[in-house]
Amino acid sequence: MKILTEHIDVPNIDTIDVFMKNGGYSAVGKALKKMTPDEVTEEVKKSGLRGRGGAGFPVGMKWSFLAKPEGVPRYLVCNADESEPGTFKDHYLMWKSPHTLIEGMIVSSYALGANTSYIYVRGELMYVINILEKAIQEAYDKGLLGKNILGSGYDLDLFVQPGGGAYICGEETALLESLEGKRGNPRNKPPFPAVKGLWQCPTVVNNVESIAATSWIVNNGGDAYAAIGVGRSTGTKLISASGHIKKPGVYEIPLGITVEDFIYSDEWCGGIRDGHKLKAVVAGGSSVPILPAELILTTAAGEKRLMTYESLSDGGFATGTMLGSGGFVVMDETACIVHNTLTFAKFYHHESCGQCSPCREGTGWMDKVLHRIEHGQGRKEDIDLLVDVAKKIEGNTICPLGDAASWPVAAAIRHFRDEFEWHIEHPELATKPGAVFMRQGASWTK
Amino acid sequence: MSKIVFPAETLELVKKIIARYPEGKQKSALLPILHLAQAEWKWCSPEVMDYVASLLSISPIEVYEVASFYTMFHLEPVGEHVIEYCRTGPCCLMGGVEVYDHLKKRLKINTGETTKDGKFTIKEVECLAACGWGPVFQIREKYYMHLTKEKVDEIIDELSK
Repeated sequence: MKILTEHIDVPNIDTIDVFMKNGGYSAVGKALKKMTPDEVTEEVKKSGLRGRGGAGFPVGMKWSFLAKPEGVPRYLVCNADESEPGTFKDHYLMWKSPHTLIEGMIVSSYALGANTSYIYVRGELMYVINILEKAIQEAYDKGLLGKNILGSGYDLDLFVQPGGGAYICGEETALLESLEGKRGNPRNKPPFPAVKGLWQCPTVVNNVESIAATSWIVNNGGDAYAAIGVGRSTGTKLISASGHIKKPGVYEIPLGITVEDFIYSDEWCGGIRDGHKLKAVVAGGSSVPILPAELILTTAAGEKRLMTYESLSDGGFATGTMLGSGGFVVMDETACIVHNTLTFAKFYHHESCGQCSPCREGTGWMDKVLHRIEHGQGRKEDIDLLVDVAKKIEGNTICPLGDAASWPVAAAIRHFRDEFEWHIEHPELATKPGAVFMRQGASWTK
Repeated sequence: MSKIVFPAETLELVKKIIARYPEGKQKSALLPILHLAQAEWKWCSPEVMDYVASLLSISPIEVYEVASFYTMFHLEPVGEHVIEYCRTGPCCLMGGVEVYDHLKKRLKINTGETTKDGKFTIKEVECLAACGWGPVFQIREKYYMHLTKEKVDEIIDELSK
């Protein structure tokens, strides 16, 4: 079942004529001419669509929080600042099929009563920004953007805004600050963007994939979308698969397939690269807890783990993880968990905006301590020190970057403590090029 | 450096960009215009940033504090080709460290340095959202994916011509 990527391999699908020949923009006509904005919102609510950027908050509910004071403009801002390590799905979708996002932007903006909308794209993707701007011009030329779209009386202007290289701008209030031409420092909440967002006006910020899904929901109905998936994990999800698998890439999966199928089936990742064994997976982007092979494939209760929000988080952080952004990073037995944790810790150290002391200082400490463990200078007390620092960052910051920085460190120690100990106790072995810890009796060392 | 003024064509574009935002909110054009300025003058010198401030009727400090926050803006002179390689997790899993070490050896410079002939600068950057196609680096707008030592050599050869 494919919703977002059904036609992604059709030649020239990035041009509006080919896109429309394949059914594209039909949702715009349907929504603007046959439905009221509230009816569109109602379908999105019924669909159960959850925010695809990582938080998983129901999209329809987020929309219903939007304040609508008389005479004040409202804005829809698309979060295309995709920067979470392991995640490259929005990049792929906008690059291959820009009109899929633009169609969703029109439908969603209509539902929210926004007459100006912005797509905030990370600045490194300047070539994708060019693709989007060309596609937007095509949509203007066809009367799908601008004044009185398709004679419906609805006006919408759509612009692309480049970022400047800052992970923090994926946090919605930092993104709005950035869009106002400022440093990307997250705002204190409340007020939430739904009340005071862009230029202090009511604003909804949604991820690329969430917005893109709304056109299918308009065309087919919220119930049809909700019929895909399992429980509260409805619809399809783009998964960015990377690391030691046979076929890295972006896959659209119906939520609810097993993790085992996703990793080993030829339809998806195609299994672990030849001659190697699965050691660990980071299932939802760098910030979610890493899980060892046995816990990613089955829950602690022994059930097959599914690609759903609920199943991946089954067991809490003790034995579970999160679906997050769907950045699925696979590691085989050649991967050093300490090194990988260090690369993530360095990332958060670099990306902390510096506003809150626990995050600004804590991410630096974790980076420093992990660096010395990795380079044979670790001390016995370092492991507990890392756990302690992670705990003191978590929950003590304005935005979730603090949590995102502490979870991967805490989880790596939770599940691979022996590997950290080995680095500290045997620095002469651990610092040899290519040396990796092998745990006696683990499935990945057999 | 001659007087810092955008060519007429770019000035037209600046006007169009400012028109994307409501009246009085022209500061929102800062990031797009900094990108244009860097494309024009290679790096954001204080003079360039002062010029950008004048275009937007904001104070120079408002430009400095923004340009120094975002990693894409070069606050020091750079070489003709700026190679920005992704050092984050998934690219490292795919052998990134070896490939980037090779790049540094080949150009005989470290991260953050420029070759003596002014041809290349190497910068280390965070995740470029291309994890399944790693190791990855970027030169201006172009992404170079699935890098190997051999591929790096080919790219450097080509750009050295």
